Amino acid sequence: MVTRARPDAQALWEAVAGVPDPEVPALSVVDLGIVRDIRVDAGEVVVDVTPTYSGCPAMHVIETDIVAAIRAAGADHVTVRTVYHPAWTTDWLSESAREALRRSGIAPPAPTSRDADELIPLRRREAPPVPCPWCGSRQTELRSEFGPTACKAIHFCNDCRQPFEHFKPL
Amino acid sequence: MAHGDLVEYLLRLGDDRLVLGHRVSEWCGHGPILEEDIALANIALDLVGQANLLLGLAGREEGAGRDQDALAYFREAIDYRNALICELPKGDFAFTIMRQFLVSVHSVLLFEKLQHSGHTDLAGIAAKAFKETRYHARHCADWVLKLGDGTEESHARAQHALDELWRFTGELFDVDDVERRLIDAGVAADASAVRESWAQQVARVVAEATLRMPDDTFMQRGGRVGRHTEHLGHLLAEMQIVARSFPGATW
Repeated sequence: MVTRARPDAQALWEAVAGVPDPEVPALSVVDLGIVRDIRVDAGEVVVDVTPTYSGCPAMHVIETDIVAAIRAAGADHVTVRTVYHPAWTTDWLSESAREALRRSGIAPPAPTSRDADELIPLRRREAPPVPCPWCGSRQTELRSEFGPTACKAIHFCNDCRQPFEHFKPL
Repeated sequence: MAHGDLVEYLLRLGDDRLVLGHRVSEWCGHGPILEEDIALANIALDLVGQANLLLGLAGREEGAGRDQDALAYFREAIDYRNALICELPKGDFAFTIMRQFLVSVHSVLLFEKLQHSGHTDLAGIAAKAFKETRYHARHCADWVLKLGDGTEESHARAQHALDELWRFTGELFDVDDVERRLIDAGVAADASAVRESWAQQVARVVAEATLRMPDDTFMQRGGRVGRHTEHLGHLLAEMQIVARSFPGATW
């Protein structure tokens, strides 16, 4: 009988870093900042995950993929726990994650502090334009506040005439 | 803090979002334009997602083996604790938008306080819901401006919706003994304390939309104690039929 060496915490993080977000495959779930902790507790691997949006339909798939990645790394007993506090924010996206978004044509989120001053900002006070991820132009406009997934809005670039997605600051 | 109080409070928060989320989801495939169809479906998804978290927490705190699905699909109308405004039929687009605006502003103010709740899980759920709901409030405020300050027809419909909905807004700010005890324990947010701020925010948008604030009137209430309009039973019949026809089904 062959027994594999138990993977250490770093190996587990590396394994989970290989799990892509099913809705934004350019990002791993670690890039996204939703994996909050990985620890080994009495032979069991416990992964803390926090949801992006309350109704994110990808959460179940993400949990299944994380369990599969950890099993593939050599650990048999895995529990994925959902933690709610502190709440996820797009400020947790790493700089490399933002660059990966840009490369796949998705404008990364601005820091959330930018719109925090007013409780219910009326959109009539124009928000600063989101730079186009394709050509960098600021001659862009918001086309739809809601996009194909909960985390994205649709903008249009008036210079390169391309629609693009914007990862909403949250 | 009595445990029953906490479960009751979580049911109120969760049921508001589940019932309203279901109502908003009725627009899926029927939105006036593609972008708004997607917007309403996304708002519904956020609301049902929030309900999923809140009812899940209610079930765990109750400790009787009921999860969020059991609470959503196997309770009768009389056991639901949502405010009446959430269950009213979706009406026309102006009615849906106006209701979403009024309730979203209330939710923003409530979650803003609730994210500091002494109950850690509730605080985390509220912090997330606060940010989502701010986005809804802004989107709906924008539509209230477009409709109110739009055509004669859109103005009339928006004003009619506001007038029809007004008598259902009072219930959102009621605080009974259950909530008072939880407020004193640092768990619940005091809904009555945000009423003035809510009225100011609403009045600001209503004025800019060239609409008229309704006069103070008799307020309908009863949802928090299970006394609902006839509309909730029909909503639940549709929402619950698959789960009740095939209990335990998975796919």
